[in-house]
Amino acid sequence: MSSPAVDGTRTAGPDRPDRTGRPAPPARRRRALPRLGPLPWIGPAVLLILVVVVWPVVEMVRTSLRRIDTSGTDHGPAGLVKYRKLFADPRLPDVLLWTAVWTVVVVGLTMLLSLGLAQLFNQRFPGRRITRWALIAPWAASVLMTAIGFRWMLDQVAGVLNRLLLDLGLIDHARAWTGDAAQAKPWLVLVAVFVSLPFTTYTLLAGLQTVPNEVYEAARVDGASPWQTYRKVTLPLVRPAFLVALVVNLINVFNSFPVIWGMTQGGPNTDTATTTVFMYMLRGYDVAESAAMSVVNFAAVVVLVLLFLRTSGWNQEENR
Amino acid sequence: MTARPRTPARPAPGGRRPRARTVLLTATAWALAALFLLPYVDMAVTAGRPADQLRDNGYLPTRFDFSSFTSVWTDTTLGANLRTTLLVAGGSTLLVLLVALPAAYHTARVRFRGRRAFLLLVLVTQMFQPAALQVGLYREFHALGMLDTVWVLVLANAAFNLAFAIWILGAYIGSIPVELEEAAMIDGTGRIGALFRVTLPLALPGVVTAVIFTFIAAWNEFVMGLTLTNTPERQPLTVGINNMIGAYSVQWNQVFAASLVAIVPVVVLFAVIERHVVSGLTAGSVK
Repeated sequence: MSSPAVDGTRTAGPDRPDRTGRPAPPARRRRALPRLGPLPWIGPAVLLILVVVVWPVVEMVRTSLRRIDTSGTDHGPAGLVKYRKLFADPRLPDVLLWTAVWTVVVVGLTMLLSLGLAQLFNQRFPGRRITRWALIAPWAASVLMTAIGFRWMLDQVAGVLNRLLLDLGLIDHARAWTGDAAQAKPWLVLVAVFVSLPFTTYTLLAGLQTVPNEVYEAARVDGASPWQTYRKVTLPLVRPAFLVALVVNLINVFNSFPVIWGMTQGGPNTDTATTTVFMYMLRGYDVAESAAMSVVNFAAVVVLVLLFLRTSGWNQEENR
Repeated sequence: MTARPRTPARPAPGGRRPRARTVLLTATAWALAALFLLPYVDMAVTAGRPADQLRDNGYLPTRFDFSSFTSVWTDTTLGANLRTTLLVAGGSTLLVLLVALPAAYHTARVRFRGRRAFLLLVLVTQMFQPAALQVGLYREFHALGMLDTVWVLVLANAAFNLAFAIWILGAYIGSIPVELEEAAMIDGTGRIGALFRVTLPLALPGVVTAVIFTFIAAWNEFVMGLTLTNTPERQPLTVGINNMIGAYSVQWNQVFAASLVAIVPVVVLFAVIERHVVSGLTAGSVK
């Protein structure tokens, strides 16, 4: 049941090679709606994307160039005033720095740990299926609720993690972990890694399963140590899966909102806010400045998307 | 690490080492599995704490009282929030299916002009996330007068999950031989007939995956619910639970009773489609 998905993905992907021996697509037989071509088929999808994904981008740029009060009334063009206001905002440098640190640290840790996890869950051992299912929970569950769960486990009075750390002698008094930026940040990172690991691990597992057994046997015959085999055989072969997991994870973590919202709401003040949380906070005071923040943030998203397209090989094919 | 003599020594002791290794491996995997379930187990424990033991720092309460699972329905807007979430998740799943199926079918079967451009558009939208577009979404639907409705969430959730559905459906349809459809068409069913009688039944695992995945994603969605609705009764489950922890006095047992109501069904559903999800999320990139 799973193999058609994997094989099919390849054939239906953007680079589907024309299969030899397959008869020409039955386009000739399509008599209904001949002039409209693909429009009846893909039109609704394009429309939905234009209305819900493309229009907001336009609206975001437009809003950033207007004067709009808190009630939403538009008072005419503002030029670049809102951008100047944003860049003069004393909170911005910290937000940008934390967003960069957040993205790099969370993605770095996630990828490193998921390499280990994938290797582990690719082995044969009793209960592999059940333990793999446990790994699904943080993936399937609402990220917001997982974050709220951690916030509660870190509660100063009743949090089970505070109790555990006390019992282990790692802290000498129960702390209000989420009440202060310096203490909250490592936990935010931990929770973000926690909810990111399942996807990256499963992607790497899918990559590992494509490595044929003969390759390992050949390495063993040649007398390679397990570590050598891993570095010289496994790693290069899972590289494509790793890169995809990396870039998708990068985009997810950069845009992550519920982890931070559920644990600290970006606070105290804006001390733990990344750009997406910061723009939400700004919206209540000055929607145009918030839009300016969104546009700046969007530039980073575009860079990440280009990175993704590069990784996935779209660019090369365009030039072919 | 490189010098570990495991491999050369392996044939001699006849499986003694591998057994120790398996024990270690198994123990690690089970410990990690427990760790991944920990937050949800603690949620269950907290939901079962009697109200007077909510501020105790013991690992377990002295007795369990799961009345939070009934009181949460009367004390909070959970019922209304669940209704909204069911409507939004159901509605957007239906819309995704209606929109993605023809698009996936056509792109899998016909090499039309603009096919690449269309697939690129789909791939790019998969990378654009609601959190990054929240301000634009808010302004657009404010202008359209659609804020605070179920419709806006149906539309928005459908759009942001369209890409996954198109990939996974296209993958399945692409793997079904055209000959089967042609045979059906020669037998007198039209193209649409062939689609419904031959292609769709064969692509059913893909359809099920797309349906469940979209449903779960819409069920769990938070940012758009928070941004595009503001009447507590019209907000989805995630936002409702977020409101509960914003209250002056937080009833944590009820918060987690509600959370488990939201989490358990989707984890079970997700386990059903688990093996197909990765290919949909990385489609268009893994060759």
